[in-house]
Amino acid sequence: MENILHIIPEIFIFCSALILLILGLFIKNIKLINNLAILSLLIAVALVINQPYQSIYLNSYVIDEFSSLFKIMIFIGSIVTLVMFVSSREDLHINLYEFPILILFSTLGMMVMVSANDLLAMFIGLELQSLSLYVLAALNRNSLLSSEAGIKYFILGALSSGLLLFGISYIYGFSGNTNFNLIAVNYNSESLGLLIGIVFVLAGLAFKVSAVPFHMWTPDVYQGAPTPITAFFALAPKIAAMGLLVRFLFNSFGELYLDWQQIIFFISIASMMLAAFAAIAQTNIKRLMAYSSIGHIGYALIGVACVSSEGLRSLLIYLMIYLVMNISVFTVILSLKRNDAYFENISDLSGMYKNHPFTTILVALMMFSLAGIPPLAGFFGKFYIFVAALESNMVFLAVIGIIASVISAFYYLRIVKIMYFDEPKEEFDGVNIRSLQVLFYPSSFLVILFFIYPAPIIQLSEYAIKSFY
Amino acid sequence: MNELPILSILILLPIVGIFFMTLIRNNNDQSSNNLKHTALWISFLNFLISLYLLFSFNQQDADFQFEERYFWIEYGISYHLGVDGISILFIVLTTMLVPICILASYDSIKFSVKEYLIAFLALETFMIGVFCSLDLVLFYLFFEGGLIPMFLIIGIWGGERRVYSTFKFFLYTLAGSVFMLLAIIYIFITAGTTDVSYLLDYNFTRNEQIVLWLAFFASFMVKIPMWPFHTWLPDAHVEAPTAGSVILAGVLLKMAGYGFIRFSIGFFPEASELFAPLIFALSIVAIIVTSLIALVQEDMKKLIAYSSVAHMGFVTLGIFTFTVQGIEGSVIQMISHGIVSAALFLCVGVVYDRLHTREISRYGGLVSKMPMYAFTFMIFILASLGLPGTSGFVGEFLVLLSIFSINTYFAVFATTGVVLAATYSLWLYRRMIFGALIKDDLSEMLDLTRREIIIFVPLITLTIFIGIYPKPVIDIIEPSAKKIVSQVNGKLN
Repeated sequence: MENILHIIPEIFIFCSALILLILGLFIKNIKLINNLAILSLLIAVALVINQPYQSIYLNSYVIDEFSSLFKIMIFIGSIVTLVMFVSSREDLHINLYEFPILILFSTLGMMVMVSANDLLAMFIGLELQSLSLYVLAALNRNSLLSSEAGIKYFILGALSSGLLLFGISYIYGFSGNTNFNLIAVNYNSESLGLLIGIVFVLAGLAFKVSAVPFHMWTPDVYQGAPTPITAFFALAPKIAAMGLLVRFLFNSFGELYLDWQQIIFFISIASMMLAAFAAIAQTNIKRLMAYSSIGHIGYALIGVACVSSEGLRSLLIYLMIYLVMNISVFTVILSLKRNDAYFENISDLSGMYKNHPFTTILVALMMFSLAGIPPLAGFFGKFYIFVAALESNMVFLAVIGIIASVISAFYYLRIVKIMYFDEPKEEFDGVNIRSLQVLFYPSSFLVILFFIYPAPIIQLSEYAIKSFY
Repeated sequence: MNELPILSILILLPIVGIFFMTLIRNNNDQSSNNLKHTALWISFLNFLISLYLLFSFNQQDADFQFEERYFWIEYGISYHLGVDGISILFIVLTTMLVPICILASYDSIKFSVKEYLIAFLALETFMIGVFCSLDLVLFYLFFEGGLIPMFLIIGIWGGERRVYSTFKFFLYTLAGSVFMLLAIIYIFITAGTTDVSYLLDYNFTRNEQIVLWLAFFASFMVKIPMWPFHTWLPDAHVEAPTAGSVILAGVLLKMAGYGFIRFSIGFFPEASELFAPLIFALSIVAIIVTSLIALVQEDMKKLIAYSSVAHMGFVTLGIFTFTVQGIEGSVIQMISHGIVSAALFLCVGVVYDRLHTREISRYGGLVSKMPMYAFTFMIFILASLGLPGTSGFVGEFLVLLSIFSINTYFAVFATTGVVLAATYSLWLYRRMIFGALIKDDLSEMLDLTRREIIIFVPLITLTIFIGIYPKPVIDIIEPSAKKIVSQVNGKLN
């Protein structure tokens, strides 16, 4: 029996979720519960940082630089969601104490995902994370859209879990193991069954990261779910699923990369291109961000498709920058509030700079950053992705990538255009909400000033991929 | 060596200015005047610093001077600045035009003054950065970053079709530049660094050179712009506010010319030699076709925009002769065009502020009401068509001289461009300034105000000074131009 203290952050999150669940029954102060949840996430950050790196429980659970970095990114995403919840819970009719608790459970699932080194641990993590998300998406019971989002996400998510499980059974059947490292040792590279298994697992994971052609749920769920939960969708689960995808592919099938590389190659191109075109026609800003996130996942997948240390490094840089940019954008979406009503249409932003000049310039710069225009952080993310692509001789992928980035510049520019060039409307009073500003300003300034000294992020991501290369 | 990081100061001063300006409230006329003065003084201070740079520049030294190098992103990509005899002139041109632009916008910008000035100062930072940076990634950062403020300047304060124009401007240039980004990344991977002074001594294989040259060409061709990718320029010029046009014609186009000199022929001499006939052909087509198009324009700004394309045709002709005269001529042509076309756009701005139309046929006989304006306009029209004694002549003459030594036919065709330039410029002048003053609203027109005179005096002085006595300018360019040519020839042999 190995020491249970090896997974102290996971246990801590689990216990605090349970304690808060009980507290919630007696204390009607939802804000307090929420703050306690934030506090426990902050403590978990400290616990993760101080964790020794090792693989435990018969090597089915790995704690290394890679998983720790991903966990911290997930914590940041969760904390941001909970802070967003504070300001919007009443107006969005999601004033339920279950919210922070579900977020905690989901976070726990994601922690298991990024540390899992075994097909079963991976599946348990995925399901814990997804089940909480199904409920979260439908949390606003009075809203038709929210219920629709929840149902849609649940049905498609269940389907993808089925595919995943089917793939897992194939892999187990043809390699005789569920442990990633043992699979790598024991498989028969000639066997077709294993390949089918990889394809099905990849299909399941592509659903979780919302890569084309498994992206269909994304726009509807993004639009229907209450905005803090949409932000959560964009911030945490995708990053976690990306970490899982990398560990699954690199640890168990690193040698077989010629087989799965083409799959990643295809879904990467498909995601970038589809997102670039589909986003042009969107009128709802949350839908637009859904397509934008599909596109960004496409870029991040280039990093996976490279199968090199540069590729993984660029993936991590990209995900970190993606996280910060999305925090900024979603706080803005949440602050588009006038007389307790939220606005989600892009046309509602019209002429926003007249009333909120400072906020608007930051939003505009975020849009330029999402489009990958230097000197903003988004550019560096793309830069490193392309460095990795060219280093692996994937010129085609890089060229498609830059073409998609020019096309997608169009819809980001459209937002800037609407904010600056169109006729102004009334003020948004949500812009002045203190708790949103606390998120908005630091994340925006991080993106804008990133270029001054990008070296730490690059070194951090080099450090984090040590266990792979 | 100089201890002071003067280039960084030049780059950062506008940013500091932006920081101060964000602290100033903009709620009434008084405060918006304060903002204008702040921006003006900051940019003027930057101009003085660049003059100091110019005078402490060692003219005999062909190497990069005032170099600064700090660790920035990772090994191979550093924050590396430096100037030589070519880039220093562009820096001074930039810092000179920005205060002029701000001064020119004193009355014409009616709303969102603060944002406008901030965008302009940000643009100044990016432009200076382009000419200082000796690292390709840093260069790309500044080169592309300038799109953001320019996009806003055209889009917010532009004319009626501003949205279309600014999108076209942005997407055209972005689409061209991303290929350069891939090329820069390729260079980073193969050579291990993006440091310009290292890469100038690095030898790429012939095939690499061809692909990389084309990628850089895609970017610079759109930006300079060369026929047939020039169509964004007239649109952008027409819709941009006056100061935006001035900066666009005065500095932004020169970034690409500078890029051709520094990178295309510096890194890829074999490919440049191979593609030189293509450049010549495109340049000559550009000179003749756009001059003819300029002849039929009804809009003053469009006419000057097309003439810019023709003038930039001379620049590319000169650069790709690989001769000292050609490069000197191109640089002088760019500097001269930076002054003259900027001044022409300012001249358009003067009458536009009064009558709010740019249609040529709405004017006529202005000489009787605006003699000073007529005189100013005449000097720049003559400089634009390359009259001896003006700066336009020196550049064109050197370029034609160099192209004549390469190929007589090219020289003949290029010279027709000079004739055509005279035709459209003088005809524009005749239609606007001479003739009878028959339109009623023109009789109310006032001559140049004191502010406008302050704007034009330095430009006139420089135009005539460079035209009559170009030696100081040539002295600055010559060592660097010689070095570039010898480097190219060294690599070719």
